[in-house]
Amino acid sequence: MGGSQSGRVHVFQDLADKTGFSIEQVRNLHDRFMYLTKDEDTLRREHFDSISYLAFNPIRREIIDAFFDKRNLGQNEVGCLQEIEFEEFLTILAFFRPLKPHATEEEIENIRRAKLRFLFNMHDTDNDGIITLDEYRLVVEKLLFSYETIDSENAKAISDAAMLEVASVTMGQMDPDEFYEGITFEHFLQILKGLEIETKMHIRFLDTTTVQCLKKE
Amino acid sequence: MSDRMKKMMMIILILCCGSVCAEENRSLFPVLSISYDYVQMPFEISLWILLASLMKLGFHLIPRLSAVVPESCLLIVVGLLVGGLIQVLGEDPPFLDSQLFFLCLLPPIILDAGYFLPIGPFTENVGTILMLAVVGTLWNVFFVGVVLYGVCRVAGSGLATVDLLSSLLFGSIVSAVDPVAVLAVFEEIHINELLHILVFGESLLNDAVTVVLYHLFEEFAHVGEVTPGDVFLGVLCFFVVALGGVLVGTVYGVLAAFTSRFTLHTRVIEPLFVFLYSYMAYLSAELFHLSGIMALIACGVVMRPYVEANISHKSYTTIKYFLKMWSSVSETLIFIFLGVSTVAGPHTWNWTFVTVTIILCLLSRVLGVVGLTYIINKFRMVKLSGKDQFIVAYGGLRGAIAFSLAFLLSSDIFPMKDMFLTAIITVIFFTVFVQGMTIRPLVDLLAVKKKKQSKGSINEEIHTQFLEHLLTGIEDVCAHYGHHHWRDKLNRFNKRYVKRLLITGDRSQEPQLVSFYNKMELKQAMMLLEVNSSSSPNTNTPAATVLKRNLNISKEREEEIRKILRSNLQKTRQRLRSYSRHTLLADPAEEDWSEIRLRKQQVQMERRMSHFLTVPANRQESPPMRRSCFESDNQGHLDRASILVSVPDSVSLHDETEPTRDGSRRRQKPSVTFALDMEEQRMSRCLSDPGPNQLNEEEEMEMDHV
Repeated sequence: MGGSQSGRVHVFQDLADKTGFSIEQVRNLHDRFMYLTKDEDTLRREHFDSISYLAFNPIRREIIDAFFDKRNLGQNEVGCLQEIEFEEFLTILAFFRPLKPHATEEEIENIRRAKLRFLFNMHDTDNDGIITLDEYRLVVEKLLFSYETIDSENAKAISDAAMLEVASVTMGQMDPDEFYEGITFEHFLQILKGLEIETKMHIRFLDTTTVQCLKKE
Repeated sequence: MSDRMKKMMMIILILCCGSVCAEENRSLFPVLSISYDYVQMPFEISLWILLASLMKLGFHLIPRLSAVVPESCLLIVVGLLVGGLIQVLGEDPPFLDSQLFFLCLLPPIILDAGYFLPIGPFTENVGTILMLAVVGTLWNVFFVGVVLYGVCRVAGSGLATVDLLSSLLFGSIVSAVDPVAVLAVFEEIHINELLHILVFGESLLNDAVTVVLYHLFEEFAHVGEVTPGDVFLGVLCFFVVALGGVLVGTVYGVLAAFTSRFTLHTRVIEPLFVFLYSYMAYLSAELFHLSGIMALIACGVVMRPYVEANISHKSYTTIKYFLKMWSSVSETLIFIFLGVSTVAGPHTWNWTFVTVTIILCLLSRVLGVVGLTYIINKFRMVKLSGKDQFIVAYGGLRGAIAFSLAFLLSSDIFPMKDMFLTAIITVIFFTVFVQGMTIRPLVDLLAVKKKKQSKGSINEEIHTQFLEHLLTGIEDVCAHYGHHHWRDKLNRFNKRYVKRLLITGDRSQEPQLVSFYNKMELKQAMMLLEVNSSSSPNTNTPAATVLKRNLNISKEREEEIRKILRSNLQKTRQRLRSYSRHTLLADPAEEDWSEIRLRKQQVQMERRMSHFLTVPANRQESPPMRRSCFESDNQGHLDRASILVSVPDSVSLHDETEPTRDGSRRRQKPSVTFALDMEEQRMSRCLSDPGPNQLNEEEEMEMDHV
C-alpha cells in the first residue's frame, strides 16, 4: 500500500495542478468518488442514484447529464460519455471552485465565461449552440415542477416573457418581419452580466479530512 | 327715519341695562378664552414633530447642504439651536427621556429595519455578523473599560472615583454600534449590499450583548463584588437574552402571519395587525429584560413572507409608507432631542477622560475589526478586503442608545454619571459629525463598490433559482452539507408545512417564479399605462411615435380613436364609487375590467410571442387567432380607458383576479419593491408588434363605433 500511496500522491499532485484544487481537496474528492462508485474505477449514471438528497432536486437529470457532457470536459466534441473517471469528475467540479482572492480582471472574465458556458451547456440539450424557446420552456417547467403540480401554462407564459426580454435586450429594435431564433452564448453572457456569477457559482470544498463522518447518509 | 332711530336707541338702552345688571350679578360670558393646560401635552408633542418634519423639509430644499452634510448632523445642530433658544428664554429644555426613547422612539426604526431586512445577504453573512456583533463588542467593552480604568488610576485627581466596574460599565455603554446612527448615515451613501448588511446587522445584533453587559455591570456595581459564579451566570444570561428575544419575536411573528390569513373581509385594519403584533413583541421582550431589538427583528423577518402573501396590495403599500414615515419621524426627533439634551444636561467636562475615551473607542474598533476579519476570512468564501475592513471599522457610529443607557444610571451608585454623560455625548458628536461627514468622500476616494441598481429581470430570476438548485445538487454530490443544502431543506420544510398553515387558500401553492412573473407583468402593464396616460395630451412621446410609424394610421383616424378613448374614460369615471371608512368594497365593475384587461394582455403577449419566436412556417396562424381574439380585444380598448383612470389615483391595482387553468380565482399582488425601469425598447416592442394585425383590429373597431 505504501508504494502505491506515493504513486497516488504523484497522480493527485498532477490532478491538483491541472484543476486548481489543493492536494487535500483532491484526496477528499477521491474518497467521495470511491464511495459513489463503490470502489470501482469509473462513475456511471446509476451511481448517482445512491445520493438520497439528490432525489428532491428538480434539475437532477440536468446535473447528472452535465457530468457526462463532453463539452464540459474541455474536449471540442459533442455528445455524452457513458462513464467517467476521476479526472473528469474533478474537471466538472472545478467549475465550482471559488474565485481566488487576487485575480486579475482578465482571469475573472475568463472564469465567468467558463462558468456561464457550463450553465449554457446545461440548457442547450441538443448541442446546437442555441437555446431555443422549447429548451427554455423545459427549464422553466422544471423549476415550477418543484411545487408538485406541473403548471405548463404558466411555464409557457414565463418562458415566453423571458425570451422576449432576451430578444429586446440583445437584438434591440427588430423589424416586424424578423423573428428571434434563440439565445446564443453571446446573448446569454449579455443577459446574465448582472448576476456576478463568478462570486455566486461556487461551493465549499473540504480541506480537512472530515469526510469520513459525512459518509453515512 | 326718526322711527328707526328711536328703535335703535331703545335697543341700545336695553342692552346697556342688561349689561350693567349682568356685571353686577355675574361675569360676562367669555367669547374667546384660552385654556392651554387642556391641550398642553398633545400640543407640545405635535409641535415638536411638526418642527422636526419642517426641518427635514428645509434641508432638502437646500441642495448643496444635503449632499455634503448627512441629515443626522444637521438635525443635531438644529437641536442644539432649539435647546439654546429655550434656555435663553429661561425655560428648562426637555430631556431625551429614556423611557420615551426606548418605548416610543426606537421601536419604529427597528421595525422598519427588520421588516425590510434583506434576508439573503443577511443569512449568507450571519457568521461574520455574529462574530463582529458578539466578539467584537465584548472586545471593545473590555479594552475600553480596562484601559480607561488604568488611565484613571494613573491620572488621579477627580478621576479617582472611577473604579473598575464603573469603567467597565462605561465601556459597555459606549462600545455598542448604534443602528439608528448607522442607518441614518449609510442610507445616504449607497455602498454595496455586503458592507451595508455587515455594519447594519452588527449594529442590530449587538443589542443583546449590550443589554446583558449593562445589566450585569449595573448589578455588580450595586452589589460591589464579582464571583466566578456570577460570571458564569452572566454568560448564561447572554444566551437567554438573545435566544429568548428571538423566540418571543418568532412567536409573535407566527401569530401575525396566522391572523393575516383571515383578514380577507377586513382589509382596512391589516396594517394595524402588523404594527401591533410587532410592538407587542418588543414590549413583551422588554418586560422580561430580553433583547427587545432582536425580538422586533425576528418578528418582522418571520412574518413578512406570509403576511405579504395574504394582504392586499394597498395594505402592503400602507405598511411600507407608515413604517417609513414613523421611522423617519422617530429618527429626526431622536437627533433633535440629542441636540437639545446636550444643551440642557448637567455637564462635567474632564479633558483627560473625554479625549482618552475617543481615542480608545477608535483604537479598539480598528483593532477589533482587523483582528476579527483576519480570523473570519479563513472561513469566508468571499474574503473581506482591506477596503471593506476600513469601511466596517469606520462605520461604527455611536448614537442615542448609548446616551439613553447612560442617562438611566442612578447618580447615587455612580457619582461620576455626569462625566460619563458628557464623554458619551462627545463621542456621539465625534462619530456622527466627523465620521458621518467624511465617510461619503472616503467611500468615493477608496472607490468602494456601490449598490448596483437591480432591475427586475425575469431571466436573472430564472437563472438565480436554477443556480440555487444546481449548487444544492453539487453539494449533495460532494456530500458537503453547506449553506445551500440547509437553505434548500428549510425551503422544503417551509413549503410543505408552514406555508399551508399561514397563507390563505391556493396562494400557498404558488411558486416563487410565478409570483415574480406576475409582479413583472403587472409592473410592465403599469408602465405601459403610465406612458399611455401621460402621452394622451401630446403626440410626441416615443411610444406614440413608434405606434404611428408602425401602424401608418392617418391623422384623422388617430384623432377619432382618441375621441373614443376619451369618451370611454368619462363613462368609467362615473362608475367609481366612494367607500365608507370601515369597508373597502371592491368595485365589481373594476374587478371585471381588470380581469378582462389581464386576459387581453395575456392573449396579446401570446400573440406577440408566437409572432416572434416561432419558425416562419407557423406565422400563418396569426390571422385566425386574430379573429378569435377579436371579442376580447374589443373590450380591451375600453379597458385601456378604465385603466387610464385608475393610474392617477393610485399606483396600485386593487384585487386583480386571474382565472387559472381550472377556473378557480387566484389573487395577484404585485410588489412595488422593484425599481421601475423604463426600458424604451421593451415598450416599443410591446406597442409595435404585431404591426399589421393591430391595424386591422383598429379598423374593425372603427367600423363598430362609427
